[in-house]
Amino acid sequence: MVKVKYFGMVAEAAGRPFEYVEVQTSQLSELIKELYIKYPLNGFALKIAVNQAVVDITENNTVYGEDEIALLPPFAGG
Amino acid sequence: MKRYNRQIKLGNIGKGGQQKLLDAKVLVVGAGGLGAAILPYLTSAGIGKIGIIDGDVIEESNLQRQVIYSEDGVGKSKVQQAELRLSKLNSKVEVRTYNTFLKPSNALRLFEQYDIIVDATDSVEVRYLINDACIVSGKPFVYGSVFQFEGQVSVFNYKNGPTYRCLFGKENGRVPNCEESGVLGTTVGLIGMLQANEVMKMILGIGEALSGKLLIYNTLLNDQHIFKFKKNKAISVDEPSFNDTYHSEKNSEIKAEEALFQPGVWLDVRAVHEIPKLKLPNSINIPLPLLEENLHRLNKNEPIFIYCQAGKRSLQALKILQKQGFRNIKSVIGGAMALNKCIGNKRAGGKQLSADIIMHAIPDFCRSF
Repeated sequence: MVKVKYFGMVAEAAGRPFEYVEVQTSQLSELIKELYIKYPLNGFALKIAVNQAVVDITENNTVYGEDEIALLPPFAGG
Repeated sequence: MKRYNRQIKLGNIGKGGQQKLLDAKVLVVGAGGLGAAILPYLTSAGIGKIGIIDGDVIEESNLQRQVIYSEDGVGKSKVQQAELRLSKLNSKVEVRTYNTFLKPSNALRLFEQYDIIVDATDSVEVRYLINDACIVSGKPFVYGSVFQFEGQVSVFNYKNGPTYRCLFGKENGRVPNCEESGVLGTTVGLIGMLQANEVMKMILGIGEALSGKLLIYNTLLNDQHIFKFKKNKAISVDEPSFNDTYHSEKNSEIKAEEALFQPGVWLDVRAVHEIPKLKLPNSINIPLPLLEENLHRLNKNEPIFIYCQAGKRSLQALKILQKQGFRNIKSVIGGAMALNKCIGNKRAGGKQLSADIIMHAIPDFCRSF
């Protein structure tokens, strides 16, 4: 189980600020793809962070049980 | 100096620190909710010169969070009312106002006159302009932004550090502003205050600026997170590329196969009877002759992909929208014919297509951010 945190409109779309997700895969990109299908995230400009550091999703990122994933959208209000 | 006595007393500020504040020149872009929190604190602290740029007038719905304005200011220019208020707070501060919006044509000239730029806008599009103009003019900028009860703060382009584009690389995606999603005055006030605090730290050279770090604050939970990010060395902006991005027309066109993988609104400017009809999500049909009188149906904050039958009329539509201040718009090369061909290759139909886009686009989509 990895902890996935949601922020801004992504948290709104997911209906929660965080959750624990059973990972079927060790590939970060696959996990993100699953989340895109699970929640209406299509169209959001997102950055993904693993353990509080932003990662390049195209690189070969592996997720482990203790990891904390965060989905970070830009905000626009002011 | 007596009025600054309380801050001079602080060990790592002193008279030398106060002199740094008195010598500093800070430009605040946007005199809305964030600006209303940032400006009085910078002014009272004795920043030497403060510039404010905003072309808006005060509306009644602003007063709930833009606390430097009063009821009798409604309908008046924001920068003029802000100047009145700030000059009463501290008459020694030089306040310069620019009653206009930040544009590619005025950004560089303006930024050159200041040391630090503060992004207090509510538009992602202007944020990219601030970012790029800061890179070209070699200035750091302090970013702040709000979504409902959450806010983000960061410092970009500071001492050759990462820029906004290193964090959020592309100008597309759904990003609602306060008008669309609502905001509480205290949330935007807190985030503005964090921005003002970063400005002071940078001028004084104390503490650690939020460079390479994105702070996200949740006011409902009092939760704060800091995410680190790195400079993307592949991104470079210089004056020629700045001019190319902001002053050229060729960037206003997009290939059908690229547009299909990006989020946004589809604007069909063909006559109602023209075929093929495309089943695209978020689409709207406004025939070209009716476009000008129907602009209220379009949102300036959303990316818009304009298409006609073959890509000619959409260029005319593009010019109409550009004149009205739409910036995040593209004309689809080859129009409906080109789009239809792409859709045909990847199965047709509204919902099926977007599921298709999800499956095909995610790796691409994430790569671009």
